[in-house]
Amino acid sequence: MYQKETTVEKVMDSKVVASPLKVFDCCANADGASCIILANEDLAKKISDTPVWITGLGLASAPLSLTSRKTVSSLSCAVEAGKQAYKMAGLKANDVDVAEVHDCFTIAEIMAYEDLGFCKRGEGGRLVDNKETYIGGKIPVNVDGGLLSKGHPIGATGGSQIRTIVLQLRGEAGKTQVGNAETGLVHNIGGIGLYGAVMTFGR
Amino acid sequence: MGFEKFGEISYTAETKVADFVKHLEEGEIAATKCKACGKLYFPPRADCIDCLTDDMEWIPLSGRGKLITYTTAYFAPAGFEAPYTLALAELEEGVRVFTRMSKDAKQDEIEIGMKVKLVPVRLADERITFELKNT
Repeated sequence: MYQKETTVEKVMDSKVVASPLKVFDCCANADGASCIILANEDLAKKISDTPVWITGLGLASAPLSLTSRKTVSSLSCAVEAGKQAYKMAGLKANDVDVAEVHDCFTIAEIMAYEDLGFCKRGEGGRLVDNKETYIGGKIPVNVDGGLLSKGHPIGATGGSQIRTIVLQLRGEAGKTQVGNAETGLVHNIGGIGLYGAVMTFGR
Repeated sequence: MGFEKFGEISYTAETKVADFVKHLEEGEIAATKCKACGKLYFPPRADCIDCLTDDMEWIPLSGRGKLITYTTAYFAPAGFEAPYTLALAELEEGVRVFTRMSKDAKQDEIEIGMKVKLVPVRLADERITFELKNT
């Protein structure tokens, strides 16, 4: 939706939706579709020369009511889902080479960095300032533009994130390719942080 | 019955905590408290999530609290008139409330950490709700 390059001034001059978030801080509703072919190990090897493996899965929920949450600057479902996925895969946050996170709003991406352990609490913004989330940085995130750039077709977004990571791990991501990415992560959030899903991928 | 009077638009008349409206009409913000473990619930719940019992009592709250965070929305769903400010506050009894900030509160006066008070507000057609005021 917002795929053209923009300036900080233009973003800051856009209309306020819910302060301090402005129009360009919010992903746009969009139509879209995505498809993932899942297969067991034997079949995957038979039908593909370059299968990408799901190495970790995590899924967690959180209270609907904001008044039941301990904090408003973290999504506990994402933290828990991340822990489950890392544990299953035997990975740590700094093993991740490339990640797709649910940036429904600008602040949501920064919260995701912190919830997934890409940086310490309160340092998510600095990760962007230091270009650590860019291609060539410590942890490239949303190199396909994320929800803010692609738009957010609710049901298709998670599949689209997985597609991006599959292309990255196969080395087929063209202009957005992150070096020799071996480990990828997808972080997806539902509702107002009611449920979080984190998956890790390897090749 | 009773809860149909709550808020600008009420989607339900039936709830086990409908007495909340009666307390509001008496000028009181009330929470429920589990008689077994003493846990306080606001918004009020009819059942204790720890004890799994419904042996609860109504406890009046002071309404006094501190603003945790807020947002001013410039787009409004049915029953809301833009702009309006939504706030999350912690009351001195330890419970949190997420509700509208009074229209009387000026934008440049709203500040995270400021003292607020939760008060009942009468609406048109004998409807009633509650909101936060800055004190």
